[in-house]
Amino acid sequence: MTAAGADRWRAALPAGGPVALVPYVMAGYPSPAATAACLLAAEAGGAGGVELGIPFSDPLADGPTIQLAGQLALRQGTTVATALAAVREARAGGLTIPLAVMSYLNPVLQYGAERFCQDAARSGVDGLLVPDLPADEAGEVAGAAAAAGLAYVAMVAPTSTAERIAGAVARATGFVYCVARVGTTGARDEVAPEALALLERVGRATGLPRVLGFGLSRRDHVTGLRGRAEGAVVASALLDRVAVAPDPVRAVREVVAELAGR
Amino acid sequence: MTEVEAGAPVLVPPPPRGRFGAFGGQFVPETVMPALDELAAAAPAALADPGFQAELGRLLRTYAGRPTPTYFAERLTAHHGGAQLWLKREDLLHTGAHKLNNALGQVFLARRMGKRRIVAETGAGQHGVATATACARFDLPCVVYMGVEDMERQAMNVSRMRLLGATVEPVASGSATLKDATSAAIRDWTTHVADTHYVIGSVVGPHPYPWLVRTLQAVIGVEARRQMLAEAGGLPHTVVACVGGGSNAIGIFAGFLSDGGVRLLGVEAGGLGLASGHHAATLGAGRPGVLHGALSFLLQDADGQVQPTHSISAGLDYPGVGPEHSQLKASGRASYTAVEDRQALAAFHRCARLEGLLPALETAHALAAAGELAGTLPADARVLVSFSGRGDKDLDTVLAADAAGAGPDREGA
Repeated sequence: MTAAGADRWRAALPAGGPVALVPYVMAGYPSPAATAACLLAAEAGGAGGVELGIPFSDPLADGPTIQLAGQLALRQGTTVATALAAVREARAGGLTIPLAVMSYLNPVLQYGAERFCQDAARSGVDGLLVPDLPADEAGEVAGAAAAAGLAYVAMVAPTSTAERIAGAVARATGFVYCVARVGTTGARDEVAPEALALLERVGRATGLPRVLGFGLSRRDHVTGLRGRAEGAVVASALLDRVAVAPDPVRAVREVVAELAGR
Repeated sequence: MTEVEAGAPVLVPPPPRGRFGAFGGQFVPETVMPALDELAAAAPAALADPGFQAELGRLLRTYAGRPTPTYFAERLTAHHGGAQLWLKREDLLHTGAHKLNNALGQVFLARRMGKRRIVAETGAGQHGVATATACARFDLPCVVYMGVEDMERQAMNVSRMRLLGATVEPVASGSATLKDATSAAIRDWTTHVADTHYVIGSVVGPHPYPWLVRTLQAVIGVEARRQMLAEAGGLPHTVVACVGGGSNAIGIFAGFLSDGGVRLLGVEAGGLGLASGHHAATLGAGRPGVLHGALSFLLQDADGQVQPTHSISAGLDYPGVGPEHSQLKASGRASYTAVEDRQALAAFHRCARLEGLLPALETAHALAAAGELAGTLPADARVLVSFSGRGDKDLDTVLAADAAGAGPDREGA
């Protein structure tokens, strides 16, 4: 089944075009009240799509930046429900770019996978990304996403075998999230050669757009992907800048504009 | 007894898709999935290889000290005035706890797989010490992640690990205990997955770890069953073991699972009482959820965030539990109870004075529940307790608790 959310993501990530910037916003960070404004600031800065992270107490795939942001967001009362409310607020405020929610599996399971996907879709979410749910175990959640009209975003990594890449892209709709480095999230100075090799392997396995994330931090990281990937996620590098900014919402717009080349 | 019998792993095939009933699985980032596939292929092959079995068996016998004895605790039995209390003495294993059964096996396996570096997590420090010991023996660099709170309450084990050549990495994130040390170890493994093996310390984590650790710890139950028949004259009425992640419990239970008449009782950390919210009784008060790669019972809030735990025993202070325990609870084959900090302390003192044995505070939880149970049973019944570790590491904690007024005089020895 091709979900409407998947179509919106594919349209935002055309092959052969400039690399779309997909910034990561953490729900409830730096404050719950600012989440919707941060999403809108991402679009104003030139983002082609946006990822909204739901904080989790034990984020295995994340480095210190996202761990600390998540702890702060949780202390400030962020839940699945408040995150989805922020999406509704942003859509009401004029957010038009596609949005994917990134959540670890347990908050999705406890909310109920089916109910989670239905409520997310009704709130204006277009896709779901679960970093601790490998393709082998993803049947139920991917099915719930498809039934709700959400893209299910599968992840592949430089360590993935050809067989595992084939299994992941078979699950994926909307786009494939390509993990740029062996390790956890966190801003880095370089895009590893293994990332480019992975993008090539994924390109041979699927016609779906490829979005590269983990470690990207600079404008030249994004431009360097032209012809190799259709999108680039910037997460920790953005949060690092937001963390020290006097006006976090303005910082999101400025950093996104800088990375998007506006 | 042949060399192989002295310590060879008990071979039960890995469960299909890593599931124990509804529990288990592999919920980890894609980056480490190929390494789990590699381990899931290499571990059963190694454990079935007679050469590997013989060498591991020889090490367990001549280096680690297997078999450990099963001891009739005559004075504790008289104190409780009921069933006979028998203690499976894992405290006599090298490094002072059952943890070495697993660490030695996994490090030996990692060497065979060509891994060049070992990471581990530790709570009480016993698994960290066991892994550091095995790494010294096999000449592999070893990094142990440990919560800063645990480093403080188990300072002696931090020194032991360092003396054995390991690097101890403090973990300050989250609750700064075993849960966070486990997350940090998994992140390290994710980053160095090509050349590093992660030696998980309990029957938790993604498949194949719960099966692998169970297989390496099953030697406890296999020996104990043979010893009960030979020394005690029959099978136990009940087998009692403490449960944090649950590796000593799974190990001793494994020897008796097919003896339908033998009851299995797991003892969780009741902390300050289940009603207080300050405890680590995962099976008693949790519900199914995903943490550290497996679906199992979990202490969590309504939104699926993992909750902070409390226990006087660092080794039981963990919000998750092995998936096989969740299955044993769901099927009714085992039952689970909780013992509070003050009851464990009383059992610690009682065991010290009556038997001349200082139990680990983890073990003291099992002793408290076993003593209470024995008092309700006839004198010809036998209760077998997994005496999982010795208590030298806990002296500071016990003395501090005594000074605070929770000591031996409250419940008497």
